[in-house]
Amino acid sequence: MSRRGPWFILLPLLLLGLWHVAVTRQWVMPGIIPPPAQVAESWQRWIFGKPGLSLSPYSGTWVANVVYSARRVFEGFVIAAGVGIPLGLFIGWNRLVARIVDPSVQLLRPVPITAWLPFSIAVFGIYDAGALFLIALGAFYPIVVNTTHGVRDTNLLLLRAARMLGAGEPTVLRKVVLPSALPSIFTGLRLGVGVAWTAVIVAEMIAVKSGLGYVLWDAYYVGRMDICVATMFSVGLLGFVSDRVIVGLSRLVLRWRTLEAHG
Amino acid sequence: MAEPAITLHSVFKEFNKRGHKVEALQAIDFAVERNEFAAILGPSGCGKSTLLNMVAGFDTPTRGHVLVDGAPVNGPAPSRAVVFQEPALFPWYTVLDNITFGPKNRGLAPATYRPKVEALVEQVGLRGFETHYPAELSGGMKQRVGIARVLVMEPAVLLMDEPFGSLDAQTRSLMQELLLSVWERHHQTVLFITHDIEEALLLADSVSVMTARPGRIKKRLTVELPRPRTIELTTSPVFNELKREVLALIREESLRAASEKGDEG
Repeated sequence: MSRRGPWFILLPLLLLGLWHVAVTRQWVMPGIIPPPAQVAESWQRWIFGKPGLSLSPYSGTWVANVVYSARRVFEGFVIAAGVGIPLGLFIGWNRLVARIVDPSVQLLRPVPITAWLPFSIAVFGIYDAGALFLIALGAFYPIVVNTTHGVRDTNLLLLRAARMLGAGEPTVLRKVVLPSALPSIFTGLRLGVGVAWTAVIVAEMIAVKSGLGYVLWDAYYVGRMDICVATMFSVGLLGFVSDRVIVGLSRLVLRWRTLEAHG
Repeated sequence: MAEPAITLHSVFKEFNKRGHKVEALQAIDFAVERNEFAAILGPSGCGKSTLLNMVAGFDTPTRGHVLVDGAPVNGPAPSRAVVFQEPALFPWYTVLDNITFGPKNRGLAPATYRPKVEALVEQVGLRGFETHYPAELSGGMKQRVGIARVLVMEPAVLLMDEPFGSLDAQTRSLMQELLLSVWERHHQTVLFITHDIEEALLLADSVSVMTARPGRIKKRLTVELPRPRTIELTTSPVFNELKREVLALIREESLRAASEKGDEG
C-alpha cells in the first residue's frame, strides 16, 4: 500500500472489529451493548423505514430529527457569530469596551452550558427558544474570545501603514483589523460549532421534545441502546460535516493565506 | 528664505525601560529643505527610526517640536508617507488594491487616480503583477509596491525607514537605482534612514551622522555629487573620499556604542 493510501480506514475497522469481538465473546455484560451489525441494521431502519407503517418511533424518522437538530445548531450558531464577532472586534479594538465588557464575559464563561439548563427551562419553557439560548450561549464564548485575540494580534506595522495612507478608524477596523483577525475568527467558529452540537444534544435531552438529543435520551429509557449508539454516530458525523463546511468557507475567504503558506 | 519642509527643534525622546529612563534622542536640531533628499546615518539603536516615527506622527517627542511645512505634526497623514523596512503590505489585498488603498481612503473616483496608478505601476516595474498577492512576490517586488502605494498619494514628504535594509545586495542596488530615477522625476522631500554608508551617499543631498545612544546629530555633510546619479558613481574617487570621511565618523560611534554596551554588562 502506498503512503497516500486509505490509511485512515484502518483504525476505525480495527475498533469495529474489537467491538464486534467484545460483544459476541461476551467480554462485556451481554445484552447491554449491541453488536455493530445490530446498530447498523437499526440505523438503516431508522433512516429508510417507512414511518407510519410501524409503531416504532425509530423507523424512518432519522431525517426529520436530523433536520430538527441541525436547524437549531444553525440558528443558534448564527446568533452566536452575529453577536460574538462584532463584540469580539470591539473588545479587542477599544480599551474602554474591553474594560466594561470583558470581565463579565470572562466571569460567565466558566459556567458550563449544562448548568444553564434549569435557568433556560425556567425562562424559556420547553420550547425552541430555550434550546437556541443554550446553543448560542455555548458557541458564543469561543467565538468572542478568539475574535478578541485575533484583533489584538493585528500587526502594529499594518495599522501604521493604514493610518499614514489616510485611513480613519472605521476603515482601519474594516480593511485591516477584520481581515487580519479572520484566521482567528474562523478558529473560534470551528470551536463554536463543536460546542453548538454539544449544546443541542443537552438541550434536546431535557428541554425540548424533538431532535437527536431527544431520541438519544428516549431510546435509552426504552432500552434501545442500538439507537443510542446510532445517534452518537449521527451526531459525530454531523459535527464533522459542519466543521468541514466552515473549513471550506475559510479556505475560500482566506485565499491570500493559503498562498502565503506555499510561498 | 522659505521655511524648511521638516524641522526638529531641540527634540528629546525618553523611553521607560523597566523603570529606568532611557534617553533615545537628545537635543536634536535638524531640518530638511524642500526638495532635499536627506539621509540619516547611524549605528543600530541610535534612535534614527524613533526620529523618523516622530516625523511620521507614530510617536511624539518627550520635549521639543517637530514641524512639517511649519505645522506641528499631529498623528500620521498621507502628506508624510512612510516606506517601512518590512514592506508592511496588506496580505489580503492584491498589488493593485494595495496601491489604491490610499486613493480609496480619499474617496476619489477610480477614474481620477487610475491613470496615475497605471503610470506608477509601469515606473516601478510592477506591470503584469497587478493581480498578485504580496505572498507571491519577492522581497524587492514587495518593496516596489510599498513605494508605489505612497508615491500615488503624492506626499509632500517621503519618509523611508531603511527601506532596502532587508533585501539582498543585488536587489538593493536595483532598488536604489529605481529610487534615484523616481526622485529625479518628482524631486520629493525625502528623509531617508539607513545604516549603509554607500546607500546614503549615493542617494542623498545631505548625510547626517548620528551618535550612539543617546542619539544626537554628530555631523551633517553635504553630498555635492552631480545628478543624475547612477550606481557607477560608487566606484569614483570623489565618492570614496566622502565614504572614508563618513566611515571614520561612524566607526567612532560604533566603537563607543560597543564599549558602552560592555559597561552595562
